[in-house]
Amino acid sequence: MIAIVVAHLVFGVAAMIAGRRLGHRVFLVAAVAPLLSVVWAATKVGEVRSGGAVSETIRWVPELGITIDLRLDGFALLMLALVSGVGVLVFVYAYRYFDHGVESAGRLAGTLVVFSGAMLGLVLADNLLWLYVCWELTSVTSYLLIGHDDRDPKARAAALQALLITGMGGLAMLGGFVLLGVSQGTFRISELVASPASSALITAAAVLVLLGAFTKSAQVPFHSWLPGAMVASTPISAYLHSAAMVKAGIFLVLRLGPAFAETATWRNLAVGFGVATMLLGGLRALRQHDLKLLLAFGTVSQLGLLMTLAGLGHPDAVIAACALLLAHAAFKAALFMVVGIIDHHMHTRDLRKLGGFGRGWRPTIVVATISAASMAGVAPFAGFISKEAALEAVVHGDALTKVALVGIVLGSILTVAYSIRFVWGAFVTKPASSPGGSAAAAAAAPSLSLLAPAALLAAITVLFGIWAGVYSEFVRVAAQAIDSAAKAKLSLWHGLNLPLLLSLTALALGAVTFTARDRVDPLQQRMRPRWTAAGGFDASVRGLLSTADRVTSIAQPGSLPIYAGIILLTAVTAPGVALIAFGVWPGWPEWLSTTAHLPVAAMLLVGAVGAARATRRFTAALFLGLVGYGMTLLFVVQGAPDLALTQFAIETLTVVLFLLVLRFLPDRFEHRASGINRTFRIAVSAAVGVFVFSVIVIASAARTAPPVSKTMVEQSLPNAGGRNVVNVILVDFRGYDTLGEITVLLVAAIGAVSLARVGRGRGTEPPSAVPEKVSA
Amino acid sequence: MRRSVILDTSIRLVYHPVLVLSLYLLFAGHNQPGGGFVGGLVAGIAIALRFIAGGIDEVRAALPPQPWSLLGFGLVIASVTAVVPLLFGGALLESGKVQWDAPLIGMIKTTSALPFDIGVYLVVVGLVLMMFEAFGEPTAPAAALPEDGEGS
Repeated sequence: MIAIVVAHLVFGVAAMIAGRRLGHRVFLVAAVAPLLSVVWAATKVGEVRSGGAVSETIRWVPELGITIDLRLDGFALLMLALVSGVGVLVFVYAYRYFDHGVESAGRLAGTLVVFSGAMLGLVLADNLLWLYVCWELTSVTSYLLIGHDDRDPKARAAALQALLITGMGGLAMLGGFVLLGVSQGTFRISELVASPASSALITAAAVLVLLGAFTKSAQVPFHSWLPGAMVASTPISAYLHSAAMVKAGIFLVLRLGPAFAETATWRNLAVGFGVATMLLGGLRALRQHDLKLLLAFGTVSQLGLLMTLAGLGHPDAVIAACALLLAHAAFKAALFMVVGIIDHHMHTRDLRKLGGFGRGWRPTIVVATISAASMAGVAPFAGFISKEAALEAVVHGDALTKVALVGIVLGSILTVAYSIRFVWGAFVTKPASSPGGSAAAAAAAPSLSLLAPAALLAAITVLFGIWAGVYSEFVRVAAQAIDSAAKAKLSLWHGLNLPLLLSLTALALGAVTFTARDRVDPLQQRMRPRWTAAGGFDASVRGLLSTADRVTSIAQPGSLPIYAGIILLTAVTAPGVALIAFGVWPGWPEWLSTTAHLPVAAMLLVGAVGAARATRRFTAALFLGLVGYGMTLLFVVQGAPDLALTQFAIETLTVVLFLLVLRFLPDRFEHRASGINRTFRIAVSAAVGVFVFSVIVIASAARTAPPVSKTMVEQSLPNAGGRNVVNVILVDFRGYDTLGEITVLLVAAIGAVSLARVGRGRGTEPPSAVPEKVSA
Repeated sequence: MRRSVILDTSIRLVYHPVLVLSLYLLFAGHNQPGGGFVGGLVAGIAIALRFIAGGIDEVRAALPPQPWSLLGFGLVIASVTAVVPLLFGGALLESGKVQWDAPLIGMIKTTSALPFDIGVYLVVVGLVLMMFEAFGEPTAPAAALPEDGEGS
């Protein structure tokens, strides 16, 4: 199983490499990966139908006990059909869609395959942590795909918005996973689902997990990224933002629903937000003039419906959710593809300009009409059956179910209205569309091969409607994997019952809403809310940035004396308090151990006092150097050649570098501190001096454990093969530190060069221009 | 720019021996005083001497490789040395020994610490070069140059 997931990554990388040579044909190569997955799943259908599951466990991080658990059961099979089945069709569609060429096709196709692999790993996941990894991988690939046209600032902004919102939700979800996994003692989904529990911790976990699901599946108030993501090209929208990725949240709620069965908050939140999303999405869809945005808000609305059903969580609702997942993927992906075809040929998606298509467009119109009818819930299509199932799931039940019922009926009315608006907007000639209309008549009809994937999806929509048995069986297998009590009885005709009446009412009222659009539109305009989710997102990002600015300006005032003062005072007070509280004064150390110390001490004193009293920067630097060389001599006297050597080399270089920088600074220190300031500085310096002296005296006498240096000296030759302990410590015993330090050196070097260049008024150059500059 | 003949000549005399000394420190470091860090610093001093003689152009002529390449290359060598033992089932940074009975020269013993040290050496040399690259150019705005010292 993992091999199939990995195959996606391999194909992704291969597509990225081969993209330049293959052009748009790279999409056909990329299609092999999801095709493999479909074929593999087809061989397992028998096993899964009989209620079994295919499992696989891979040790991943054995030190932490983290494994990759994959499990193909009925529900995973249904999701796999969405991810890989629709995936294959989208790749074939993209192959024809991009035949005029596309910017870096390899990168696009490669990222799309990697996304497909991540999504596959997600739906097969039986382990929360693995699920999380795949979840975030889909967010990242979605970011790359939305922002594929990286020169378009709108695309970049939309990509960032999607990443921030879904990434934030993902982090919350991880918190929820950890709470759930730790409190239940397992991260395996199949085990968690088998033993639901309830406690305050589980409730917190439920809220956090729902936050992840809501952001991913574009629920109010996190939905604004989904319409924004429509800047991506149509194949990407059809795949990520209607069939696959946005379903991840629904998948999660359905998958984990049984684990939270005892938690009322889970159900209340999911249904509440689902209903709100459903209505808001429907209302917004009615207002759009861009066909793609209309579909995007339609998707938001449908995701709300799915969230409502998934949140209800009783067997009938699970059946309805599974049925709707399939039906929605079929009709919405097909509709997106049709919008892509229209955009491709007419170069506009504005429904006020479209219309007047010639005979060659008839197949496209048929496909679009079937899919839109399915979306509206017209018999005999799959959408009708799933909407019937949804209504049936909510006609009886508690107060929450009543809320869901009202929401679904209202949502259906809106859905019918915007479905009609879609078909009318795309294909009916409007008075205002005369210029575009003539263009439409002249535009070449789309080739059948471009339409084929959408036509296949429309065919599925029809077949699932007519042969409801196949549809019903598929849904039964999926739903029973979630809830063994689920009994699917999907069919076209249930007899004259309440759901059918509600369904017909919704159709009629939806049609009325559409025909009364001249009166509804101004009403909508007046209802235009002052506070939108997109605005809220912008405001919170702006707020975050300005808060960061304010915090930075307080924490980083830019004054070197303040920095140095704070650092020194902290260094003195924090350990100083401990020193006074616990330190034991061992008595004064020996004053003089060898006479060689005398001249060295004199040199150090002269250097230090000279540096402090110097009025010219140049002089001060030289005095500092004197202190350094004094230390070198001290090391020599103490018999530490390695330290002396290093100190000497460092000191020499430091002085040279000091002089380099001093060329850019005024000759003298302009501001000599005076008065209180001066007293304060002297006090801090004195405190540091006294503190360091006493720490050394007290600490060196306070030793209780044997010094680590002894073992290091002993182990140096036998273990590390070196006689120079200092060097062995650097490259072996403390090799980690050295590795970290040289990395810091590299970062510091880059920082220094950038600073120096900016300081010289070359700040307008981007940092990447630095290497080219000198190599030229 | 005026150049002093005496300074020029003496620095030319000293430059290469100092570089050789830095290499000696690098290779001897595991058993005698020295090591990649000190070696790199001594090489840095050699570079500083060239800078004093002829400014940044002289440094660039003396060491054609780009400083950032040296830095990056050094870090790569050190990191690779650190990671390689993992491939053979060892721990990160685990040291290994190599013995080779070379013809004419005799027995050569070395440990995996040497490539790590070479990485450190290159990073330090690269860093020093970067500093000269950053602050060594004489093209500072005139206002910020109160005195044009011997450095440029």
